[in-house]
Amino acid sequence: MNIWIAVAVTAVGCYAVKLAGLLVPAGVLERPLVRRLAALLPVALLAALTAQQTFGDGHTLVLNARAAGLGAAAVALVLRAPFLVVVAAAVLVTAGVRALGG
Amino acid sequence: MTSAGSGLTLLQTCALSLLVFTGASQFALVGALAAGGNPFTAAAGAFFLGVRNAFYGLRLSQLLALPRAVRPFAAQWVIDETTAVTLAQPTRRAARLGFTVTGASLYVLWNLTTFLGALGAKALGDTDAWGLDAAGPAVFLALLAPMLKTATERAVAALAVLLGLGLLPVLPAGVPVLAAALAAPAVLYLTGRRASVARDDVRDVPDPQDVRDVRGDDR
Repeated sequence: MNIWIAVAVTAVGCYAVKLAGLLVPAGVLERPLVRRLAALLPVALLAALTAQQTFGDGHTLVLNARAAGLGAAAVALVLRAPFLVVVAAAVLVTAGVRALGG
Repeated sequence: MTSAGSGLTLLQTCALSLLVFTGASQFALVGALAAGGNPFTAAAGAFFLGVRNAFYGLRLSQLLALPRAVRPFAAQWVIDETTAVTLAQPTRRAARLGFTVTGASLYVLWNLTTFLGALGAKALGDTDAWGLDAAGPAVFLALLAPMLKTATERAVAALAVLLGLGLLPVLPAGVPVLAAALAAPAVLYLTGRRASVARDDVRDVPDPQDVRDVRGDDR
């Protein structure tokens, strides 16, 4: 049930901002401060989520095979690999390290 | 696939794709739920990731000049890909065509692959053994990497990582991510203070493409 709430709230919110962009007069959202904040918020959220999902397990911090997988993804990104290759690298390396007992 | 691996049912996964239809927000929601976040903080994170679509909408409404009655229907397709295609078109006719074709084909493909991915994840059983739990953070990293263009963005990311990990053991699930979002206004405030001394406006503007677009409209 909780998940349905989250799905519904996200759906409504995401649709609302898409529509807002089409309807709102340009001046409101194009103020420099609002623009910059809106550009930086996803950076902060993505960085925190990446770190938590790599090193977090409930309320504890862990270092396991996922960290190796993320390292592989980072290398793939530096090499300008396509999106799917980046994700595949992370998955394969994580599975590989785990299979070796990591 | 990621979402099926983190406790959502097949129906929930597909509903998410059909209704939300903006990839980064979907992954963020699923990730936050998987990390044990409560539904509202999870949705808040996903919402903030969707906010950029509002800026796309601003550009698109000028380019497409859609009738008001059509806008609520077009809105669902306002995403990264449709904006990129539409902005590349030379005429309004081509822009409208590009937006519609890209929107429709992506909507169908994205939801189809979501469905197949969720089915596939079910068939796999223990997704952790296959390393699929690393797919979520890898997707985030791939979305994040192109955003880290200037020192400002890198500072925000670094501070957010510190806040997110540092607060993880002490705050309720889901709250550390929201606290990490404070890295954005914090860094903006600090660079704003420095910029008011150095008076260097261009450096802090995130996307050079956007800047050109905005100036192009001043004709």
